Amino acid sequence: MADVLLDIRNLRIEATTYPPGEKPMTITIVDGVSLTLEKGKVLGLIGESGAGKSTIGLSPMGYGRGGVRITGGEVILTGRDILKQGKNGIRKLRGHQACYVAQSAAAAFNPAQRLMDQVVESTLKHGLANRAEAQRRAVALFRKLSLPDPENIGKRYPHQVSGGQLQRVMTAMALCPEPDLIIFDEPTTALDVTTQIDVLAAIKQAIHATGVAALYITHDLAVVAQVADDIMVLRHGKMVEAGPAHQIIKEPKQAYTQALVAVHRLEHEEKQPTPKPILSVKNVTAAYGNGILKVLKNVSVEIHPGQTLAVVGESGSGKSTLARAITGLLPPQQGEITFEGRKLSNRLGGRTKEDLRQLQMIYQMADVAMNPRHTVGTIIGRPLTFYFGLKGAERDRRVKELLEEIEMGKGFIDRHPAELSGGQKQRVCIARALAAKPKLIICDEVTSALDPLVANGILKLLLNLQQIEHVAYLFITHDLATVKSIADSIAVMYRGEVVRYGAKSQVLTPPFDDYTDLLLWSVPEMELGWLEKAIAGRKMASAGN
Amino acid sequence: MILALIAQRVALGILLLLAVSGLIFAGTQILPGDVAQSILGRSATPVALANLRAEMGLNDPADVRYFHWLFSILHGDLGTALTSKLDIATSIKERLWNTLFLAFWAAMISVPVAVTLGLIAVRYRNGPIDKAISGFALASTSVPEFFIGYLLVYFFAVKFQFLPGISMVYEGMPFLDKMKAIALPCMTLTLGILAHMMRMTRAAILNVMQSAYIETAELKGLAAFDIIRRHAFPNAIAPIINVIMLNLAYLVVGVVVIEVIFVYPGMGQYLVDHVAKRDVPVVQAVGLIFAAVYISLNVVADVASILANPRLRHPR
Amino acid sequence: MFRRIPIGALTGLVIATLFFLVAIFAQWIAPYGLGDIAGGVWEPISAKFLFGTDNLGRDLLSRMIYGAQTTILIAVLATLLSFSMGVILGFTAAVVGGWFDMLMSRFVDLLMAIPTLIFGLVVLSVLPSTLVTLILVMGILDATRVYRLSRVIASDLNVMDFVEAAKLRGEGKWWVIFAEILPNALSPLISELGLRFIYAVLFLSALSFLGLGVQPPAADWGGMVKENKDGIVFGIPAALIPAAAIAALAISVNLVADWILNRTTDLKGGRGNG
Repeated sequence: MADVLLDIRNLRIEATTYPPGEKPMTITIVDGVSLTLEKGKVLGLIGESGAGKSTIGLSPMGYGRGGVRITGGEVILTGRDILKQGKNGIRKLRGHQACYVAQSAAAAFNPAQRLMDQVVESTLKHGLANRAEAQRRAVALFRKLSLPDPENIGKRYPHQVSGGQLQRVMTAMALCPEPDLIIFDEPTTALDVTTQIDVLAAIKQAIHATGVAALYITHDLAVVAQVADDIMVLRHGKMVEAGPAHQIIKEPKQAYTQALVAVHRLEHEEKQPTPKPILSVKNVTAAYGNGILKVLKNVSVEIHPGQTLAVVGESGSGKSTLARAITGLLPPQQGEITFEGRKLSNRLGGRTKEDLRQLQMIYQMADVAMNPRHTVGTIIGRPLTFYFGLKGAERDRRVKELLEEIEMGKGFIDRHPAELSGGQKQRVCIARALAAKPKLIICDEVTSALDPLVANGILKLLLNLQQIEHVAYLFITHDLATVKSIADSIAVMYRGEVVRYGAKSQVLTPPFDDYTDLLLWSVPEMELGWLEKAIAGRKMASAGN
Repeated sequence: MILALIAQRVALGILLLLAVSGLIFAGTQILPGDVAQSILGRSATPVALANLRAEMGLNDPADVRYFHWLFSILHGDLGTALTSKLDIATSIKERLWNTLFLAFWAAMISVPVAVTLGLIAVRYRNGPIDKAISGFALASTSVPEFFIGYLLVYFFAVKFQFLPGISMVYEGMPFLDKMKAIALPCMTLTLGILAHMMRMTRAAILNVMQSAYIETAELKGLAAFDIIRRHAFPNAIAPIINVIMLNLAYLVVGVVVIEVIFVYPGMGQYLVDHVAKRDVPVVQAVGLIFAAVYISLNVVADVASILANPRLRHPR
Repeated sequence: MFRRIPIGALTGLVIATLFFLVAIFAQWIAPYGLGDIAGGVWEPISAKFLFGTDNLGRDLLSRMIYGAQTTILIAVLATLLSFSMGVILGFTAAVVGGWFDMLMSRFVDLLMAIPTLIFGLVVLSVLPSTLVTLILVMGILDATRVYRLSRVIASDLNVMDFVEAAKLRGEGKWWVIFAEILPNALSPLISELGLRFIYAVLFLSALSFLGLGVQPPAADWGGMVKENKDGIVFGIPAALIPAAAIAALAISVNLVADWILNRTTDLKGGRGNG
């Protein structure tokens, strides 16, 4: 036990919230969690939102966000109980023995100061080195983290550096005082997939080179499997399971962990294309700002009845713009869109009610896609009245049928969106789309704001509904894993163009073009050692890191 | 790049002032009848009307009169008052000085007090001090200036006979006597603007204190003083300057009522007197000066926030 | 909606309601007529004159009651004018956009570049002092603020996904404005209504105090401060009573408006995405 760096015993954390106009409420965020971390090891903390993983992660620094406080247990870092340290004791340990890397480095850097001043600040304030020495260390770390121009990048201001680079500078900032422990709090979550893998590799390399111990917090089991020696699974503030990384990945004991591991294993057999596509997009070019900013360049794709076309790409690829062009929200400059053989008007205003009914849309953020003042009954019922003239009891009956279809009870009919969970909200949005009895539904990143298990449930529901209703999907996503489990055909988009298009089996079979290759190598797989294989295997380095 | 932005802001301010001059001029022409009629009343003789029209240049078309007026102002000629036949620029000079003197001292007191109270409110957020301060702020934004003013007069000037209730100032008055004379109007102005400025300062600081980089600084183990000096202050300074400038603009307007309460010989009283006498040239000139001060303070606020923004100071 | 009102807002609500009732029933409540000279000049508070008498020996209480009527009536009408103009133009500008939005917004910027009181004085220097003029001037000048607020609210809501969803469904403009946007804009707008009313009361009182608002023999609170202000120097607090009434009304309405606004800051409410 000589090598134990951090020992948390029976931790209990509570928070007091102040809802406006109501009495303060105390809620338990973390309950009875124990863990130990040895020197030089990495422990992954994994869980969905609300699992308490960030709160646990911050406890060794004696820090709680927004009214959070430790109410029970012990947190022992290098032999000293954090909870028994005074304010000064905790201050001396922060930024010296324990350092923190936040999810959004862009917000975590002071916009008014040069990067170098911020990187060396804690080293200087704790008297660990003089300025020259600290800067030398920082430059060495920049180099270790493969930042471009390591000698001079510190002279820049945060807004002059890209998101992926900032995340690495923040890692350097945490490593600079040579701490015993670093807490990584979802350091790659906000990045694009192809950038994520580079940052992940840089972080992993730096951890190994410096021998620092780390708590690595994330919601993505595949990511944590690449960097952690041990993994702890958390849910609702309690521990579900803990063990060596390979055991958690290969032989999870608890049902919840098994579900997390299996999340990407949804299988979907590809359907053969039919002779007549339901929607075809031909040579569409579209632009924002009076045609100046071209975001779609000569795009052509087809969707067949009852099948799914997945459009994959990173931010800025134009995939959501394609949806806006198809719906008529952004009239294309050139090209045409045909639906069941008829040419659709480019403009939303030029389309018939029947055209609109046949083509429905589901959004990424379900909570802003529904009017917060309407009940679930009104939200699902309005298309019934609008398109089919259903009213009163007849409408209610149909709404209840739809609620059953999306696997929610009919009791939800009187609820408001605020009373639903994230997954339930997205289900209601699906029901609203189904209510119109459409032939095609455009799904714009519908699962990316959800926790993995919830997202999985939504995907299953969508596949089921496709069988029953014979509806086609245009499925827009940045996540190739989702694509594999739902698509019949795939279009890969990059900077406004379709770079690869065809049946799923064809698109996912080599030989690949460089971008698809990069994208495929960037999807973390639940397999130890995947990261090194990916970095070595890909043909093209990520562009936007 | 940043100079271009500032130049653009200043140019915009000048353009706005030009448009405002047009609006002020138009504002005195909106009467369906004509100005001369409304000045002299219904019983005026046709001869008197014709004389006044000629004197005011009313026989020219409106646009000619406007450009004539604007051109004169640009040469420092504000015209002649209808009622007293005095040169407006000469009558205004000392009054403008008096008004600025009053506003200056009100600002000197209220700005540090408001910023300090704002800081205290943030420091003890949601505590009784914070609540008391925001309660005071809510009350003071709904209390008319003359209530505060006469309350102060009633107690300080009448009951305790401590300070003068009427603020007589004249040229060559000793400085301390002058300060004593403006003590009550100064206090009234300060109370009127304090709460608003404090509330906005509190919001500006709170906004900075809740940002992620303050958390980063805390997790670096910096002392509270270092966090404020190195991370909070450089980012809070721009919004605070903005708040101060906006409130100074508000203060310049608040001066009008205060001057009437304390019979203080400034621009505000001059304006109100001449509105009552329907002396249009004076109203136009004084209105334009008030608008100019107001717009310039707003431009200063804009320029300050441009200067304090690191994204603009250090472009990519 | 009224299940739990904080004590401050409740007090505000009660006092504001009282003021409005007094204003409505002024003719029946007031012990003396508006212009009746019932006693000596500036008589102190007594059983006969609850608030004393004014500078001409009229009962101050009665004049306060009539003053409530004039002040509140003008303020209410000016608020209604500014509010309806501001909301209609602001919503239209946000939903229609294009040249209409451009033109309206630039014009409002221009109007707001001059302090309201100053521009009000400029305009009042040529217009006749009638109630209609006052209401129009106050209403139009204040509409600029309502316009800005409602335009911002409506254009924020107009780009929300649920509004886009309604447009994609093929709903008309009226459904979008009344069923999708308005219910979500209502609370901040109602709160703003309260603030605009306070502003109208204060603006009117300031004008009357400067002698440019309500003209004698009609009584309004700001004018009554002006009539009695000379008494202050002799230690007669008659002018403080109408001034305090203005403050009390404004604070009460402010408390209610503040509460309405606070209640709605959390639009999504309830559970997060748990």
